[in-house]
Amino acid sequence: MATVALSTVQRTPGQAAWRRFCRHRLALAGAMIILVLVLGSALGPYFLPFDDTYIDIMKRFAPPLSGAHILGTDELGRDVLARLMMGGRVSLSIGIVAMVMAMAVGIVVGAFAGFYGGAVGAVLMRLVDAVLCFPTIFLLLALAALTEPGLVTTTVLIAATAWMAVARVVEAQVRSLREREFAVAALAFGSSNLRIMFRELVPNAIAPIVVAATLNVAKAILLESYVSYLGFGIQPPAASWGNMLNNAQIYLTSAPWLAIVPGVAITLAVTSFNFLGDGLRDALDPRMNIP
Amino acid sequence: MARYVANRLAQAIMLLVIVSAIGFAILHLAPGGPLSQFAVSGQMTQEDLDRVTRQLGLDRPLPIQYLDWFGRMLKGDWGKSYRDGEAVLSVISSHLGATLELMATATIIAVLLGCWIGILGALRRYSVFDTLATVGAMIALSIPTFWFGLVTIYVFSVKLGWLPAGNRQTVGDGSFLDLLHHLIAPAMVLALVETAMWGRFMRSSMLEVINQDYIRTARAKGLPEWRILTVHGLRNALLPMITVAGLQFPTLLGGALVAETVFTWPGMGRLFLDSIGYRDYPVVMGILMFSATMVLIGSLLADILYAVVDPRIRVG
Repeated sequence: MATVALSTVQRTPGQAAWRRFCRHRLALAGAMIILVLVLGSALGPYFLPFDDTYIDIMKRFAPPLSGAHILGTDELGRDVLARLMMGGRVSLSIGIVAMVMAMAVGIVVGAFAGFYGGAVGAVLMRLVDAVLCFPTIFLLLALAALTEPGLVTTTVLIAATAWMAVARVVEAQVRSLREREFAVAALAFGSSNLRIMFRELVPNAIAPIVVAATLNVAKAILLESYVSYLGFGIQPPAASWGNMLNNAQIYLTSAPWLAIVPGVAITLAVTSFNFLGDGLRDALDPRMNIP
Repeated sequence: MARYVANRLAQAIMLLVIVSAIGFAILHLAPGGPLSQFAVSGQMTQEDLDRVTRQLGLDRPLPIQYLDWFGRMLKGDWGKSYRDGEAVLSVISSHLGATLELMATATIIAVLLGCWIGILGALRRYSVFDTLATVGAMIALSIPTFWFGLVTIYVFSVKLGWLPAGNRQTVGDGSFLDLLHHLIAPAMVLALVETAMWGRFMRSSMLEVINQDYIRTARAKGLPEWRILTVHGLRNALLPMITVAGLQFPTLLGGALVAETVFTWPGMGRLFLDSIGYRDYPVVMGILMFSATMVLIGSLLADILYAVVDPRIRVG
């Protein structure tokens, strides 16, 4: 077998995307930070001698690095690091689960609207436009006020206010992919509409969907912090990064670390997911193929 | 042009109908629905409740109730606050001024600063300034507004003592300087996210314009660089910013709610949260509908204004 020596290295699209992603240093840093936050929240509590809800009234307001409590204690003498880790479990899980739910709704609405177009598409997309008219925080708080606060409600409500952007992305993709040869071929084979939508069109739009999903996690973590900070999300004694800030304002003068620590965690997580999304966009979209 | 405006107006009215239907659905999601104010007191028997249900027409089919409710909304009858019986629209309007003041100030800061950063970033693409601005904008968009407010209070009020920690004015004082002094911190906090957004959009708009053929033509004619950038470049790059203003409006409103909470600013956002705390559903619903309508009108105005200044849009 004669082989031809090529001067260029052959790469699959996946390898090329991976290389482009690795060149995006901020996205890589984001991915690392997310990994650290996830592992820290998942495993950290097992290595800590303190429980996140253990109240030690004698040790209230211990500043960070002042003793056994690395990040200090709060107004009830609870260990801030333990609460940060347990809060991280809650906040990060809400971010991921709300994203999955928002993606599911957004993909289905977007696929139907983009595939059928016409009256169906118009009605669905006008619905998206209408929900987008409500400022997210107003809608989220109004819905939260009408329901029992808690982990499940908070997650569902965040998903309910975050699916529209995904629907728009998917609709645009499906509408343009629908006209392509492979879609027409699938139709000629006699594939059902549902099969064409979800086995042919949506998988081909996976790149923008993955980017939207990543940015959606960032948004969901941010929204959780807003509702919980305002008292309508995760309820104490359970910790979340948002509700740790709930009482922080009162003690701002005497115990500023109570405000600073969870805020840094939220900012770090949200920034990381945003940079990751940015990097994925550059990596997965070959049209943006710039050195 | 008239056709474009009519078209856009029809779309906006259709959206308003859907928005109101969503609002109506949320209203009926409330525990006890519109009857909750009577149910809460616990002093009414089931018979009383049934009678009120009939009197208020709540036993009629939902579509009829919706039309009735929508009609009353159009006439300006938005119900009465549970708290003090005041008409919802007048409660809202008495808090609107403070919110608009905050939003307008933040927008002015954001537009000036954001456009400057965006333009400079586009002209010196991939420079240190541009990179820092891009990364900074991403971080600014990721910081929770309320937390940035807390940090601002800690630094400028607690540590430095330069700015008041909240409220719109000192009690007994109400001079322009006092108002301004109170306005700085919340406006700054609200402007952070806005500045980042404006900077990003301005940068990409300017980048698109300076790569156009007519800019090359202007260069070929030998025009001075400042003239190319301002008269030919900036004038065109600023046009899409009208759309950005419309798109940014919901974020701005939501940000105002959060900033008002942190700085105990007596605006619509603060009123919204207080009303939620009191389970004052008519006011909650009123503000929800009011803000959605404002967003709707904002984007309609932005679209029409854009079509006025940029005739290319009307064709599409």
